[in-house]
Amino acid sequence: MDFYSFLIQLLNGLQYGLLLFLVASGLTLIFGIMGIINLAHGSFYMVGAYMAFSLSVLTGNLFVAIVLGIVLSVALGVVLEWVLFSHLYKRDHLEQVLLTYGLILVFEELRSLIVGNDVHGVAVPAIFNWSIPLTETLSYPVYRLFMSAVCVLLAVALYLLIAKTRLGMMIRAGSSNREMVQSLGLNINLVYRLVFALGVALAAFAGMLAAPVSSVYPGMGTGVLIICFVVVVIGGIGSVWGALVAALLIGLADTFGKVLIPEAAGVTVYLVMAAVLLWRPEGLFRRV
Amino acid sequence: MKRSKIALLIALALLALFPLVGATFYTELVTKVMILAIFALSLDLLVGYTGLVSFGHAAYFGVGAYALALLAPKYEAANLWLTLGAAIGIAGLAALLVGMFVVRVKGIYFIMVTLAFAQMFYFVFHDTKFGRGSDGISMNFKPEATIGGVNLFDLGNPTHVYYLVLVALLAVFLFLRALLRSPFGRALQGIRSNEHRMRSLGYPVYRYKLASFAIAGALAGFAGYLSAMQFGFANPELLSWHQSGNVLLMLILGGIGSLYGAVIGAFAFVALQELYSYVTTHWQLLLGATIIALVIFLPGGLASVMGRFKRTLVGEPEDE
Repeated sequence: MDFYSFLIQLLNGLQYGLLLFLVASGLTLIFGIMGIINLAHGSFYMVGAYMAFSLSVLTGNLFVAIVLGIVLSVALGVVLEWVLFSHLYKRDHLEQVLLTYGLILVFEELRSLIVGNDVHGVAVPAIFNWSIPLTETLSYPVYRLFMSAVCVLLAVALYLLIAKTRLGMMIRAGSSNREMVQSLGLNINLVYRLVFALGVALAAFAGMLAAPVSSVYPGMGTGVLIICFVVVVIGGIGSVWGALVAALLIGLADTFGKVLIPEAAGVTVYLVMAAVLLWRPEGLFRRV
Repeated sequence: MKRSKIALLIALALLALFPLVGATFYTELVTKVMILAIFALSLDLLVGYTGLVSFGHAAYFGVGAYALALLAPKYEAANLWLTLGAAIGIAGLAALLVGMFVVRVKGIYFIMVTLAFAQMFYFVFHDTKFGRGSDGISMNFKPEATIGGVNLFDLGNPTHVYYLVLVALLAVFLFLRALLRSPFGRALQGIRSNEHRMRSLGYPVYRYKLASFAIAGALAGFAGYLSAMQFGFANPELLSWHQSGNVLLMLILGGIGSLYGAVIGAFAFVALQELYSYVTTHWQLLLGATIIALVIFLPGGLASVMGRFKRTLVGEPEDE
């Protein structure tokens, strides 16, 4: 592999990893703070991608679609937490698994009823629809660089939110001791609702951002969900920092796995997970 | 104790008489349900009796099915006994290998890791030449069950398949019942209710859990083998996570931690599926809504309702 092909794969791997981070960070926050295993998290990614498709057809502009989509996904998160997930806090994991499994079926069928089962493309916005030439034959699409940049900005914003703000303080406190936070007079239920909505919005945003690159198709949510489980397992449950490191690791392992050992393409990330489990069953990082 | 024996005999008699009255379609359907019941029983050993919630149990079902499809010779019938033994062994071995990784972790981790490993198996069969891609493998011949040159069953005949599967279901049921009453089974149930206590009593908890995981995998492989035998093919969908989710749903429907529950759950699940797909092509929407309603409104599953009903009726004390 020459230098430029290597560079392209490296950038692709990082971009994929950063995108996974957006989905996995919400997943790990919901695990770590609310103690809920949410199988439907991949569905939010799928919902985001389909919103990018439908709303950009409707409004004619992907960026307008994304802004609308973020508002809608926050609303979806608040409603879901209120109606369904708030019932799950004191239930065991099995019931959480079942309810969120049911939710996946509902989301997939609603998607099939509303948009159908076809694969749809989403146009790359005109200002990013060009490539940086690297050699005579190789070039790198600017939209992918834009995606990575947005993901990095969001990761920094998430760090600042958790480490520096009052809400972040409540999130951290809530993750270590729910009862104590409540008895100090803070509204933990509000924190849960906000964290859940944040998680939904992050996953949906990742779907919207990815739609022009990956196109939108049935079942796209479950693929992402399972990879994000791998990310969370490697990173350590509840650790946003761990999710970032693990997401980049998986992004690179998957991308280079496909190039270097194409026969085992689908299996590479699971082998990485198995190795980490042997070495550190609790994940690389525990809690932020 | 005595009552449960009578119930078992009645259920067995009804199942044994069914092909005499049911049309072939229903004979085949009930055969499918009984295979799913074996699958659900195998998962109940993990979820209900060892306290390990696996969301990747379909992997071993699929491995069992693929074992038959891959071992069957192309131009002649496979030997039932040899391939069945091999399928159970391979599925058990696969579960043992995966178990060495997953049994180290608990709770949410366990759920996620079992799902991830199941997905790895899915990709092994889906993406490599070895599993022949998304169409899977069809078999040209049904296995033959010869002993000493005499063919015991004709597996092209749905009624014969039905009785073979019925015997298999009974065997698995009785095997698990004996297993759960043995010291080994008692230890598993001890681990489910309090792992720390068992560890401080000196039980090698890791090894017990691993053994439970491997046995459950082997029995799931048995069910998978029977499924491939009945339908004549194995494809990656047998390992899909929907399959893992559905078998968990069967346990919830029938009531976790009861062998009868697993069997009843398999029947209830297929009945729901048939009913909903009769009503609409978007039956998964109804199924999903049912699951959500079940979790929110009936925390203990259908069995808890029946239990409550029975208690008010008979006045038995609450069992804990």
